[in-house]
Amino acid sequence: MTAALSIRNLHKQYDNGFEALKGIDLDVQPGDFFALLGPNGAGKSTTIGIICSLVRKTAGEIAIFGTDIDRNFSLAKQYIGVVPQEFNFNQFEKVIDIVKTQAGYFGLPSKLADERTEKYLRQLGLWEKRHQRSRMLSGGMKRRLMIARALVHEPRLLVLDEPTAGVDIELRRSMWQFLKGINASGTTIILTTHYLEEAESLCRNVAIIDQGKIIHNTSIKQLLRQLNKEVFVLDTREALTGMPTIEGYPGQLIDEHSFEVEVVKGKSLNKLFASLSERDIHVTSMRNKANRLEELFVSLVEPHRNETAEAQL
Amino acid sequence: MNAGQQWVAFTTILVKEVRRFMRIWQQTLLPPAITIALYFVIFGKLIGPRIGEMSGFTYIEFVVPGLIMMSVITNAYGNVVSSFFGTKFQRSIEELLVSPVPNYIILLGYVIGGVVRGLAVGMIVTLLSLFFTDLQVSHLGVTVAIVFLTAVLFALAGFINAVFANSFDDISIIPTFVLTPLTYLGGVFYSISMLPPFWQAVSLANPVLYMVNTFRYGLLGVSDINVAWAFVMVTGFCALLFFFSLFLLERGKRLRS
Repeated sequence: MTAALSIRNLHKQYDNGFEALKGIDLDVQPGDFFALLGPNGAGKSTTIGIICSLVRKTAGEIAIFGTDIDRNFSLAKQYIGVVPQEFNFNQFEKVIDIVKTQAGYFGLPSKLADERTEKYLRQLGLWEKRHQRSRMLSGGMKRRLMIARALVHEPRLLVLDEPTAGVDIELRRSMWQFLKGINASGTTIILTTHYLEEAESLCRNVAIIDQGKIIHNTSIKQLLRQLNKEVFVLDTREALTGMPTIEGYPGQLIDEHSFEVEVVKGKSLNKLFASLSERDIHVTSMRNKANRLEELFVSLVEPHRNETAEAQL
Repeated sequence: MNAGQQWVAFTTILVKEVRRFMRIWQQTLLPPAITIALYFVIFGKLIGPRIGEMSGFTYIEFVVPGLIMMSVITNAYGNVVSSFFGTKFQRSIEELLVSPVPNYIILLGYVIGGVVRGLAVGMIVTLLSLFFTDLQVSHLGVTVAIVFLTAVLFALAGFINAVFANSFDDISIIPTFVLTPLTYLGGVFYSISMLPPFWQAVSLANPVLYMVNTFRYGLLGVSDINVAWAFVMVTGFCALLFFFSLFLLERGKRLRS
């Protein structure tokens, strides 16, 4: 099957000498919901910028549904819809004009452009705001406007660069539902995000990029399987003078009424609670310290950074 | 993109451009009309009769073609430079860059948008001039052709300025320090035959002189320069700037990182 996106040995060096990408290989299959994760400055937006032709590559090959961007970028662009990280529409134009103009840029005849504009503005809850100047919209509405604009030519590959950044939880979840629906209808989606919960909830496959290299490329399920420990935060009624030492449950004191313990996945917590009871320490509440994927993300990125640092010494 | 899709993309850019300057007509259409009307009053009615005839015409008759051309030049240039730089500044240029629109369509869309504004203001100024003098048209073809080519040339120049500009200051430097002196010294208000030989020769290096005089030839039938040579030069400059603009777009100069 022809990949929705195929990247081979992609390099990018900016004019100031900074090497943002150091030979990336990546395949995204049609119909996939794919997450591209990485810390700030890892190369996510550069990769997306090159796919969408906003950034010039230094070397490498990219094909969108089998169409090489160096040979027929015009056709390749027809397949892609882009939702950038920053608002990039004319703040003085009306909502309806922004979406319809984008349809025109993709060569859609006026009648079809009108139909599609109405369809996506309605789906994204913006139809009532269609005659408002875009600068009057709230942040969440502006994000949805960019999604409507990216979908108006009905691309086969939708690329979203941190689409829910700065969006409240309720709206974020409604956008997730919308994106799941778009993906279910056959559109391949590539998503970059800082919200790892977002990737865990939406995506089937993931690539982790750091310092211009793909350091992990697998399924979300496979990735989560690698997570073999969890950290719990326990709040206590009694003030603690030090970290209670309990064999098999390493941890550290956070403050005089809370501490955290590391527990190997599948290990019983009964012994931990029994030991605390013996010491007259009463646990009043307990919570998982961090998003599971977030922990894993850190555990994958940090060793890679250490290796790079060692190699440079 | 096939030809039909390219046509849709071109008209989309053009309609967007026209809509933009019509939306802010108080900033785009009204000021040049008022400014040029003041020129007509001051130079045509108040000072003009004291100056006497120039090239066999009353001063108001002589100055009207130059003032029409001046408004076309400044507005064709100003429209493209401000619109395209604004598009860059707000990053809405990315809407075009991610689309499959060929670069020459992007360029044509913006340039023709500038031409439309230049001609619209030129038409307003022409209508205003009828309150001050009777206009005659000696050579209609020459008149239409030179005004269109001039608008294209300065729209292209405005596009190049916008590509290189990094700030709003950068889009006012060229109009202030290059365009205005060239226009004022380009035979709008006087015939170069009034100048000493040395300054006549210097004036001949000013491309605006050729456009203004060719337009004046189209209306009044008199010119300080060779009209055929003027057409060759203006067409040549148009071709040169068009391909240079296209080159800048292909390279993504200050548009793609």
